[in-house]
Amino acid sequence: MTVVADLTNGLRGEWRERASAESRLLPQGKLSGPMPWVIAIMIGLTVVASASGLALRNTARLASADVAGGVTVQIVNGAPRERDRQAQAALEALQGAPGVASARLVPQKELDALVEPWLGTTAGDDVNALPVPALIDVRLSGTADKTSVSALRKQIVSRAADARVDAQASWLAPVFEAIGALQWLAGGLIALLAFATVATVLLATRNALSNHRTTIEIVHMLGGTDAQIARIFQRSMAVDAAAGGIGGLFLGVVTTGLLGRQFAALGSGMMTAGGLGWTDWLAICCIPVAGVLLAVLTARFSVLNALKGML
Amino acid sequence: MSQNEDAEIVHFDNVGLRYGTGKEVLTDISFTLYSGRFYFLTGASGAGKTTMLKLLYLAQRPSRGLIRMFGTDAITLPRDRLPGFRRRLGVVFQDFRLVPHLSAFDNVALPLRVAGVPERDIVKPVTDMLEWVELGDRSHARPATLSGGEQQRVAIARAVIGRPDMLVADEPTGNVDPDMAIKLLRLFEALNRLGTTVVVATHDVHLIRKVPDSLIMRLDKGRLSDPTGALRYPPRRVSPTARADLTRA
Repeated sequence: MTVVADLTNGLRGEWRERASAESRLLPQGKLSGPMPWVIAIMIGLTVVASASGLALRNTARLASADVAGGVTVQIVNGAPRERDRQAQAALEALQGAPGVASARLVPQKELDALVEPWLGTTAGDDVNALPVPALIDVRLSGTADKTSVSALRKQIVSRAADARVDAQASWLAPVFEAIGALQWLAGGLIALLAFATVATVLLATRNALSNHRTTIEIVHMLGGTDAQIARIFQRSMAVDAAAGGIGGLFLGVVTTGLLGRQFAALGSGMMTAGGLGWTDWLAICCIPVAGVLLAVLTARFSVLNALKGML
Repeated sequence: MSQNEDAEIVHFDNVGLRYGTGKEVLTDISFTLYSGRFYFLTGASGAGKTTMLKLLYLAQRPSRGLIRMFGTDAITLPRDRLPGFRRRLGVVFQDFRLVPHLSAFDNVALPLRVAGVPERDIVKPVTDMLEWVELGDRSHARPATLSGGEQQRVAIARAVIGRPDMLVADEPTGNVDPDMAIKLLRLFEALNRLGTTVVVATHDVHLIRKVPDSLIMRLDKGRLSDPTGALRYPPRRVSPTARADLTRA
């Protein structure tokens, strides 16, 4: 163990010494100027876009899981007594049907609560005069696809002629499509931000190469390798990108937190369900690391490519 | 003549160089440099001395001809092998080419750092070298604060610090006083005695006369002549009288 520790310390010391010697070849801290700020903004925006994308994904997943096996049976009949009779008959039919996990007749109180925002239930409102359908909330043990819904419909209609059977997922399909489009938008934004970061690093590196061309030529003439020169730029870019990445992460997390609070205040079940889990936060924390890697690799390949033109 | 001195360091065969579509600045250059010898490259201003040195320190590829260096074809040498060759060379540039943001010490230490020499093995030789060129008290000064002569001495110290196999110097004493010029020449001679091949481009005849065993190549309008038989093998020795005549010319 001591040998390994000595070897590790030795290698670390050698690496530190080499890094220190190489860092003296070009003036440090003057390579990229405003680069940390630019990277902080890029990382901050990427964090917000990623957090939004992940929250939307969570929302869609939860909602999808909720309604995947859900079927709604409506008894649409204007006569209250006949409507109740058909509802009971349909409920009995459903409770014995294969593939049905549960079936529940939605109580009148819940129906009243559903229509209350539009029609009201206070004294003077003639709600009972409205032909509000009876609702049966059905949970299937599997997914409510066309085949299972069709089979269910056949079983019910023979006992409740005014029954309408619909998969709940079909009502929310446009919502899922919109969420999917927003997720693609978030992905597109992340790709654009990555592209902008690469372009910024390329410009900064080219600018630095141009400023230090004479020094680079001298180092070349003294036997310096392309890799040595590239390492100097990489190191400088890594420091700038790390500083920008930490700042950007902080900025992004604060913004995401504020946005989350705003959406939570809406009180909508779907919005509050779209929170971020620990794996999501872990992925968000990886964004600055990915940003540093992207900046360092861009700087490396840009420098190596530019040096190819020198003898 | 030792076995080592017989070794060929550089061989030029029918080398020509032109920039773009202009006329050739170097024409039909053929010669061989042998290990451990001291060469002077003379010629009037604009004769092509600096250009030829650029070919020697691999900063330029010729338009035609063959160049063999340390036994390897330098024309077809892949880029990734150039640093290894350059580390065997010490170069004193006419315009010094010191790194402006580095101190005199760091400029002299540069070839050692580039070669990966540990920092603990750098301080003493660099300090000694700066003392030798009488810049011990200016080791922290940046090039912009040094005089022309001081910059030249830093450039020379940087070129010799790594004990190169071949030292190529372009007008190395142009900005120093005569006493310092002699001292620097003695440094080149000392290095030469340790086995380094020295090539000095100059038109200072007094300097050439100070090294009696040196061999002289002369460039005239891009063509090479061989007044002392430097390009023959074994090189022809010339009498001091004949040598004086040549340098006077």
